[in-house]
Amino acid sequence: MTASSQPSPLSDVQRQQLQHLLRDLNRQQIEWIQGYLAGFQDARQSAPTTTGPNETTLIVLFGSQTGNAEALAQMLTERAQTRGLTVECMDMDDFPVRRLKKERQVVIIASTHGEGDPPDNAIGLHEFLHSRKAPKLDQLQFAVLALGDSSYEYFCKTGADFDAQLSRLGAERLLDRVDCDLDYEQAAEQWVDKLIEKLADQAPATAKLEPSSITPVPDSGYSRKNPFCAPLLDRVCLNARGSSKAVYHLEFSLEESGYTYTPGDSLGVYAQNDPVLVSQLLEQTALDGTEMVTVKDESVPLSEALQHHLEITRLTPPTVQQWATMSESRTLAGLIENRHELMKWLYGRDLLDIWHDYPVAGLNAQTLVNQLRHLPPRLYSIASSQTAVDDEVHVTVAAVRYHHRGRDRAGIASSWLADRVNVEQELPVFIDINKNFRLPLDPHAPIIMIGPGTGVAPFRAFMQEREALAQPGANWLFFGDRNFRSDFLYQSEWLSWRKGGLLNRLDVAFSRDNREKLYVQHRLRENGRELWQWLENGAHIYVCGDASAMAPDVHKALIEVIVAHGGTDPESAEHYLRNMSQSKRYQRDVY
Amino acid sequence: MSEHDKLPEAEQIKRQSHYLRGTLDESLAERATGSVSDDDTKLIKFHGIYQQDDRDLRDERRKQKLEPRFQFMLRLRLPGGVLTPKQWLGLDEVADRFADGSLRLTTRQTFQFHEIFKEDLKPLIQHLDALGLDSRGACGDVNRNVVTNVNPHLSRAHRQVNDLAWAISERLRWHSGAYNETWLGESPAELTEDEQEPFYTYRYLPRKFKIAIAMPPYNDCDVLANDLGLIAVVEGDRIAGFNVAVGGGMGMTYGDDTTYPRLASPVGFIPAEDIVDACEAIVAVQRDYGCRTRRAHARFKYTLDDHGLDWFKDRFTEYHGKPLQPLRAYQLTDSGDRFGWVEDQEGQHHLTLFIPSGRVRDFEHLKLRSALREIAQVHSGEFRITCNQNLIIAQVPGSEKTAIQKLVDKYGLNDGSRSSALARNAISCVAFPTCGLAMAEAERYMPELTRKLELLMEETGTGSEEIRLRVSGCPNGCARPFLGEIALTGKAPGKYNLYLGADRSGQRMNRLYLENIDETQILAALRPLLERYAREKNDNEAFGDFLLRAGVIDKH
Repeated sequence: MTASSQPSPLSDVQRQQLQHLLRDLNRQQIEWIQGYLAGFQDARQSAPTTTGPNETTLIVLFGSQTGNAEALAQMLTERAQTRGLTVECMDMDDFPVRRLKKERQVVIIASTHGEGDPPDNAIGLHEFLHSRKAPKLDQLQFAVLALGDSSYEYFCKTGADFDAQLSRLGAERLLDRVDCDLDYEQAAEQWVDKLIEKLADQAPATAKLEPSSITPVPDSGYSRKNPFCAPLLDRVCLNARGSSKAVYHLEFSLEESGYTYTPGDSLGVYAQNDPVLVSQLLEQTALDGTEMVTVKDESVPLSEALQHHLEITRLTPPTVQQWATMSESRTLAGLIENRHELMKWLYGRDLLDIWHDYPVAGLNAQTLVNQLRHLPPRLYSIASSQTAVDDEVHVTVAAVRYHHRGRDRAGIASSWLADRVNVEQELPVFIDINKNFRLPLDPHAPIIMIGPGTGVAPFRAFMQEREALAQPGANWLFFGDRNFRSDFLYQSEWLSWRKGGLLNRLDVAFSRDNREKLYVQHRLRENGRELWQWLENGAHIYVCGDASAMAPDVHKALIEVIVAHGGTDPESAEHYLRNMSQSKRYQRDVY
Repeated sequence: MSEHDKLPEAEQIKRQSHYLRGTLDESLAERATGSVSDDDTKLIKFHGIYQQDDRDLRDERRKQKLEPRFQFMLRLRLPGGVLTPKQWLGLDEVADRFADGSLRLTTRQTFQFHEIFKEDLKPLIQHLDALGLDSRGACGDVNRNVVTNVNPHLSRAHRQVNDLAWAISERLRWHSGAYNETWLGESPAELTEDEQEPFYTYRYLPRKFKIAIAMPPYNDCDVLANDLGLIAVVEGDRIAGFNVAVGGGMGMTYGDDTTYPRLASPVGFIPAEDIVDACEAIVAVQRDYGCRTRRAHARFKYTLDDHGLDWFKDRFTEYHGKPLQPLRAYQLTDSGDRFGWVEDQEGQHHLTLFIPSGRVRDFEHLKLRSALREIAQVHSGEFRITCNQNLIIAQVPGSEKTAIQKLVDKYGLNDGSRSSALARNAISCVAFPTCGLAMAEAERYMPELTRKLELLMEETGTGSEEIRLRVSGCPNGCARPFLGEIALTGKAPGKYNLYLGADRSGQRMNRLYLENIDETQILAALRPLLERYAREKNDNEAFGDFLLRAGVIDKH
């Protein structure tokens, strides 16, 4: 029996998600879910379902390109509901901005992308609040949780923007904003609980439910917090000999993990630091690797903490700030004052560098540990469709290796995956859902995929999915890299999909084959007329890959194509793309 | 209609190609693959180009999800194998800019460029055009490069033979505008169907067609290995005409008894003034009567064996308007090259250099390409490629001989004296890693194989014998293996068929001796034969002749 065999009140998306979930469940899991749903229904019924005159609905809005903000918003929602609060949780893009004026309480959870840009689904609200149309919001209480990566110059800028602007518009801040780094879990959870306490105190007394009875448990038992150890099945370098790059295709087994994923999702991987770098650090600092330290409330030897739990290959402004105090270095203190200089200084420097240049006398192990950011999991766009590869998951990883300041250096996760992990070894992984990068619901809808470099990964998943489900929509890929003969990732698969008719168009640009550097945006312009026809025929555009140069260049090229062939001005073209973005026809996964 | 449906793919493709244009323009513009479309791989041969890939990397790249490392081989049309020093310098530059940095001299007296990428084909051919050279019809189902003896000691005869090679090549080249449009960017001319391809018509030939011209007693072009062999008859100082031999061809397919190598059959004499017309008539017979339903049966040799030589003579008379005259007496003595300096009857000097496997490259210990480039910069005469893959620095005036010799000494070039008799007479085809047909190594295996055979010959006391060794990576015959005294044709990596017993004049083919054997077995099989040869041979008796006399191989 499938979920669609009876008349269903579910939307297409819901039905697909349900089918997806149910497909691989065993009997025991199904029974558990039956129980869970019964409990869930009870809880819902006992929770207030309508908003009375004295009741306030808490609006929770999330804006992020990846699933982190959404997952936090859902956690907040569930916990608030168990405290009897009425909550409405939604994607920022789905929230009609003018409703803000009528709402009493809003919580915003937003990440920041690229050079301080709001994520795609936050652009609308962000712009509205900063425009002349923004209303006075005296009636509103708000709180903002910001997500970001402190190694970027504009750390958590979007969250800070929302926070400042809501206050400027007269809204009352319920709780101070917290800026979460990549290791956001603990800080975010604390903030959420604090907020709920405050809201619950404010709210009129209502029957409080026992939270334990309905806390949703992930179906597999494995999660971001409790990752499944997936065996590495295969690893192959996708670049031919002589290439200037090293991109690896990795295949993991998810058998018995219970994980399910959808094309567009990412695979989170908990990587380890290079043991060589760890021993260099121990040697330089003369600290004892066996000394016990506390990390995340756990007691572990220092060497283990450095290898498994802490980020030692990248420095962040907070670390430098602390270090400036500890080392009493005026240079560092000066750097802190100048954000721009600081970012330049940080580039390519790691813990060993700062130790070497600004040693701290008598530094003890725990103090060192306290300076460091927790090693965040790395996310890689999934390059496979579960419909096609069953229990496997494939990712595409560019090995980052470079020489800087007299040492060979490497990206933590990529070099771990490329060089230090053996086939058959088990790696802790989880699925990071990204609802903002999804194939069209309409299987007939044409899609345009723009994915240079490793940005091509999710499009391999898209093609596998569309092939496996025999979706008739037309497909067009723009790919680019350095050299045609060595760097055309998954070339034989694209050619075979083109030959078989699944891939209707394949346009490529290689930047180092000719004197003239050519990129995907050049191909977009060259094919402007046809591209415009595809857009007018309802094509969805997907962009994946480099956020700093490629995505803006591609955006600019798309604007130019719309202006040139749609006969409009740049402003209307922007509007055209904005509309596409809001209707989920222009989706980006850039990093 | 129904007959058309039965035609093999290759035959249909050329017929539907709009006179060899096919979809070449689209294929060349397509960026996502380094190959051309499947159909275009057949058509591009007519333009002198083979699509190949680096077979060493094929499996590695498959695992890397990359297409094969596609590349192209381009062969020049160079009738008689003669070029000027300026052209040499131009080709030398082409090798660096658009190919793998080497020039490959072939057994059909021309050059091959290897490892050309698709995007480099057009600029390469445009460079050739600027040098007055082209690759039209160097491959494909048309008349191929016309080869001749090199005749370093006979200047006047060489000029006549060379002019004839050009005249035949021009008469039988394909004419469609496809070449100039595709490669040189010319706009298509408005032509009627008849004007597109006056001689070949839209069908071209059923298979390739090879013509050679020999100047007896020398046979360095292996004249009888060709579909049409012309053997010059000299009276006094001029060529009176040619004995004509038809139906030669080396290629065969393993396991298909209906395919076989065949030497051309001498059928009659044609006066010099009629020879170009006669060649056209003969090719026209093959055009009209050659088998088009079975490609493996489409060479001229099978047409002749199907119909008989008398039938051919009648057709010739019909097509040419005059019958063949009775054969004149001729003698062929040697199919090898004469190495070192030779002075001709006009006092010009010619230096034949040994070029192992015809590969002109800067090797670690022999900067061959640099040396020849430097020679081309001072040389005022011409270069001639021999059908044995060697090179003649020809037409050197006495006053310039010393300058050339100095460069030969400076670079340590080999006039044959630096190699054993076995090595300097050996021929191998290209084979791995570029040739798609190769089943076993040839050129790359040659140095090792000759070293081992030299050792064996030393040990058996036959070290100074001029035994003719030929190694081909497959049975299609690029190294003319069936005319080797010892010959190997590739069966599988490391495995060969061993053929023995051809003569040295190119008039008797060898016989299959052992099948599918490896190097150890090859050496083990040869050792007792060489020992016997050392003991029992007559004065000046060649190895192949000895094997026949001793009954080691059968008379046919």
